[in-house]
Amino acid sequence: MKKVYSRPRSLKETHFHYCPGCGHAIVNRLLAEVVDEMDLRDTAICVAPAGCGMLVYNYFDIDTLESAHGRGAAVATGIKRVRPENLVFSYQGDGDLAAIGTAESFHAANRGELITVIFVNNGVYGMTGGQMAPTTVIDQVTTTTPGGRASDQAGHPVRMCEVLAVLDGTSYLERVAVNKPAAIVAAKKAIIKAFQHQLNRTGFSMVEVLSPCPTNWKMGPIEACKWIDDVMTKHFPLGVVKEVKC
Amino acid sequence: MKGYIEIDQERCKGCSFCIEYCPKNAIALSNKLNLKGYFVVDFQADKDCNGCAVCALMCPEVAIEVYRGGSN
Repeated sequence: MKKVYSRPRSLKETHFHYCPGCGHAIVNRLLAEVVDEMDLRDTAICVAPAGCGMLVYNYFDIDTLESAHGRGAAVATGIKRVRPENLVFSYQGDGDLAAIGTAESFHAANRGELITVIFVNNGVYGMTGGQMAPTTVIDQVTTTTPGGRASDQAGHPVRMCEVLAVLDGTSYLERVAVNKPAAIVAAKKAIIKAFQHQLNRTGFSMVEVLSPCPTNWKMGPIEACKWIDDVMTKHFPLGVVKEVKC
Repeated sequence: MKGYIEIDQERCKGCSFCIEYCPKNAIALSNKLNLKGYFVVDFQADKDCNGCAVCALMCPEVAIEVYRGGSN
């Protein structure tokens, strides 16, 4: 029999540290597959975040640089400007990109930096124990919103794709999910497209990935995937938010 | 048998995504513990796996290798 699926080459043999059912691991694998398929192993540079995804340099077998918390887009800007021939992408969570790093992300997008941001949105601060994030949906229970997020006290969930879509520097913004097989296939296509936008030098590209966090959502892994469909996508509609001609 | 899978049980964390999405119900949770302390999943060889690879697509731990094709 023929082997039809095995571990991508760009993913090291290291075991993931993520919790059971965590979407980060799926996104890590998709990125490694895309890097392999687009033959970017020698040229891709990843910028790692602070947060649950901070150990991606242990998993990717490509050059990876750790950034200060939230400064992924700024660090990626620096790398891309000195090494324009390389594909540079930052891997960031919602606390990293949409809270502490809002300024860096926003202005990198506004400058139209030729980088790709992979934004893993799970609606909570995962690594620190499940506190409310800017992307926590209304009525979602977290450790800092035990009665559910109330908009009069804690504001509304931030839709980063839509926020960045109004900027002229952005060229490709799509929101995908990794909660079921069809969604994972779509997520991979979105990552490929975002990388193509960078390689064609059309502008800033970002893929927002709705990702299950069963541990901090206090759900089973299957239930967490269902919750993305039932609740999260109502606040964060899936699909291409902006695409300019590539 | 049209296909089969190999599960690296030391990687498995028992999230059961593969069980949920397997169209042939060819994967089941076992009562085996791995070194990490998770109950791991087992392949059911008698359940007519066709090597569709949906389990591998869903597996967050990249613990599944899929084989498909003739009977060699």
